[in-house]
Amino acid sequence: MTEATKYTFKDFASDQEVRWCPGCDDYVILRAMQKALPEMGVKREDVVFISGIGCSSRFPYYIDSYGMHSIHGRAPAIASGVKLANPDLSVWVITGDGDSLAIGGNHFIHVLRRNLDLNIILFNNEIYGLTKGQFSPTSLIGQKTKTSPYGNTQPPFSPGELALGAQARFFARIGGNTPKEMTQLFIESEKFKGTSLIEVLQNCPIFNDGCFKDITDKAVRADRQIHLEHDKPMIFGKERDKGLVLNGLKLEVVTIGENNVTENDLLIHDAKDPDSTLHSMLVRLEYPVATGIIRAVEELTFEAREEALTNEVKANSKFNKVDDLFFSGETYEV
Amino acid sequence: MITAKTKNKQEILEAVVIRFVGDSGDGMQLTGTQFSDTSAMFGNDIATFPNYPAEIRAPQGSLYGVSGFQVHIGSIEISTPGEDLDLLVCMNPAALKTNLNALKAGHTIIIDTDSFTKKNLEKALYASNPLEDGSLNNYRVIEIAMTSLTKEALKDIEGLDNKSITRSKNMFALGMVYWMYDRDMNHTLEFFQQKFKTKPLIAEANSKVLKTGYYFAETLELIPNSYTISPSKMPKGTYRIINGNTATAWGLLAATEKCGLELFLGSYPITPASDILHELVKHKHFGVKAFQAEDEIAGITSSIGASFAGDLAITTTSGPGLALKGEAVGLAMILELPLVIVNVQRGGPSTGLPTKTEQSDLLQAMYGRNGESPLIVIAASTPADCFDWAYEAARLTLEHMTPVLLLTDGYIANGSEPWKIKSINDMPPISHKQISGGDPEKWNVYDRDAVTLAREWAIPGTKGFEHRVGGLEKDKITGNVSYIPENHEYMTHIRAEKVERVQNSIPDLKSDFNDEGDLLVVGWGGTFGSIHSATKKLNEEGFKVGHVHFNYINPFPKNTEAVFLKFKKIIVCELNTGQLVSILRAKFTNIEFSQYNKIQGLPFGASELTQKFKTLIK
Repeated sequence: MTEATKYTFKDFASDQEVRWCPGCDDYVILRAMQKALPEMGVKREDVVFISGIGCSSRFPYYIDSYGMHSIHGRAPAIASGVKLANPDLSVWVITGDGDSLAIGGNHFIHVLRRNLDLNIILFNNEIYGLTKGQFSPTSLIGQKTKTSPYGNTQPPFSPGELALGAQARFFARIGGNTPKEMTQLFIESEKFKGTSLIEVLQNCPIFNDGCFKDITDKAVRADRQIHLEHDKPMIFGKERDKGLVLNGLKLEVVTIGENNVTENDLLIHDAKDPDSTLHSMLVRLEYPVATGIIRAVEELTFEAREEALTNEVKANSKFNKVDDLFFSGETYEV
Repeated sequence: MITAKTKNKQEILEAVVIRFVGDSGDGMQLTGTQFSDTSAMFGNDIATFPNYPAEIRAPQGSLYGVSGFQVHIGSIEISTPGEDLDLLVCMNPAALKTNLNALKAGHTIIIDTDSFTKKNLEKALYASNPLEDGSLNNYRVIEIAMTSLTKEALKDIEGLDNKSITRSKNMFALGMVYWMYDRDMNHTLEFFQQKFKTKPLIAEANSKVLKTGYYFAETLELIPNSYTISPSKMPKGTYRIINGNTATAWGLLAATEKCGLELFLGSYPITPASDILHELVKHKHFGVKAFQAEDEIAGITSSIGASFAGDLAITTTSGPGLALKGEAVGLAMILELPLVIVNVQRGGPSTGLPTKTEQSDLLQAMYGRNGESPLIVIAASTPADCFDWAYEAARLTLEHMTPVLLLTDGYIANGSEPWKIKSINDMPPISHKQISGGDPEKWNVYDRDAVTLAREWAIPGTKGFEHRVGGLEKDKITGNVSYIPENHEYMTHIRAEKVERVQNSIPDLKSDFNDEGDLLVVGWGGTFGSIHSATKKLNEEGFKVGHVHFNYINPFPKNTEAVFLKFKKIIVCELNTGQLVSILRAKFTNIEFSQYNKIQGLPFGASELTQKFKTLIK
């Protein structure tokens, strides 16, 4: 990167007034992104943000790069087209739980399956915000919303489980109130070659206030979250005295110093293990809730496969120009 | 015992219509294609019409499993696959039952008698065997035990399984027809060598059966004469046989090379449009990016993404797929990005008649989106001219920065005809609006060209031109979100006017045969051949009839009304209940339009049209 393209977060702030509700975690995510972008070593003109519909999807308007606020649920497909047209771009998908898991569910699973080098940030607030408070595919059973006044009866998706089932190579989760860690995750996501999915546990102060407070509140988060780091022991707690071990086919929380447990007994996080068994268990874990990069397994991207194949076909083809094709094979003279 | 004898009488014909019919596994499409290709290479003008069921292998012998291929060849101009048959080649009872009504009285049927078993007759719902009950007395029936003769011919080739043997019987029929119409077998023999390169046994079997059929016909006294159809007087040049879907794909390839961009196709398989995708995926050597998406919506939205990033973006589909794409078409329209949407129409509504033709998506093409969202709508009219209209679709979308919807239909998509090959050098230039430099400070996202109203296309990677677009209404200059009432009205009008101004870059409408007279016949899209034949015939009979055929539908050519006013009566012919006519009536309120419609999943026959037209001119 040349001297001239060293950016600060201000370079990625557009002139548009941000219009989210006061106190929304979306502000945190925006700020974290504006801080992360200058650290990624990508040129501003090569950055593209594509969003669908929903509160989160206003995001591209606020980043001074190329962007498209598209239609409901389709951002992964649009972003796929952008990336296939120009694989040199850094392409980001901004989506919410309704946008990606309900109306856009099909595109969501297929984009993960194909593994283009895209970055997807899923703002999960377990509610429809922009349409003013209906339950979403991540809303809990019993949750009272505009469309479930007596309590929600539709069981929720776990975005992480769905993602792993759809062959996600990179899955990370982060609380919506931890900007520093979030900034770092965005940078890691950009570095990763393949589709990366980051689920942000995002509070909606208007329609679902406190939905993650038991996990993300400053007072409890050290005890309720385990922030995973590759190749490091699975340790958590305010006192760093708790950890995870495997007991049969289940993860179990243990306390260091009790029952002769030492730090050496704890599981070591291997985000790069192609076998997703343990990643799935971590994704499902309710106490502590796993955050950080749970899975990051690099393999050939879709665009790399396409490029290799195209080069191979080009090298073996007798057609350089369309005329070669048009006048080939079964032609005849009149 | 058959004795060798030389060809007897040779009769010279101007044109002939032949239909090959059999079970959907009998290879009738291949047989028909081989006959048409050979005839075209001989110099005949041709038009073909494959007519097959939606089921890949319908239960053997069933009425709905019948697959047919009709070909019209001539030494004169051929513009349709023809109507009444001169020859019916019939591989089983079900095929006879469903196709006999099209054969002219006194004309020939070639029948594989081996297939007329009790079981097959029952499946075809025949109470008695038509070969025995006199019901074919009005025709010249040539009964051949084709299956047995095929088996006999192949008995000395070792290693052939039974299935491969019986599957070659279509070549026996083809060989006979080649002899009857004095065709050379070489093209087909070479075809076998190519197609079965890795299966020499199959190539040998097919070649042998073809020749056996040919010599069998030559020596058979049942066929009293053979026919000659002289080469047609077509303009000099290099030709090939092409169907509409291939021509569409190639037109897009030509446009891509001409404009210098890369081609992106986002598509989802759907009958009868899939062949465009099949064709384009082959051309990675031209850098074509053909992306089979997870659904119709991803097909178009991936294309919108590719367009945003600077590719010439295409999406292809058929009616139900266009319905699914509707919202995204509106997005492309409001973003004012180039995008070609190809809709190969089929019988509707809903799943409708997937393998049959219809023109019932015109109103969907024009209005099938939420909000005010006009598109450029054009239609191709013959298999070969799909090339030109696909090319034109690309030109218009790139130069005017708004989506173009190209309508073709199952009839011209699958039908084929000779195409005088166009070199890329013969094609008109195509420019595009991509920004390569300039001062971003003096640039706004929705600044417009003063003449076309097209905006400029700044693609990601272009420094200084970073911007955001979206589906929300946008400020007329900056493109930022705007809820200002007057701005919305302004933008609605300007997007419509942009489409209207395409009139300035398209040619005038021309009436064929006469530019004034008693009757003007109006058509659009794939009905060109039938209407052309019918109006030509009426003019030959001394009637003063004109024919205008719309390829530009939105907008219409500038002089449309002036052309209409030169005729006493106007009739609009469509394969729907009257969609173009409803648009014309709304637009030209001072003009009276009659209409003629057919909704049977079939093209117009020229004779039904002439009959109808005569009632209007007395």
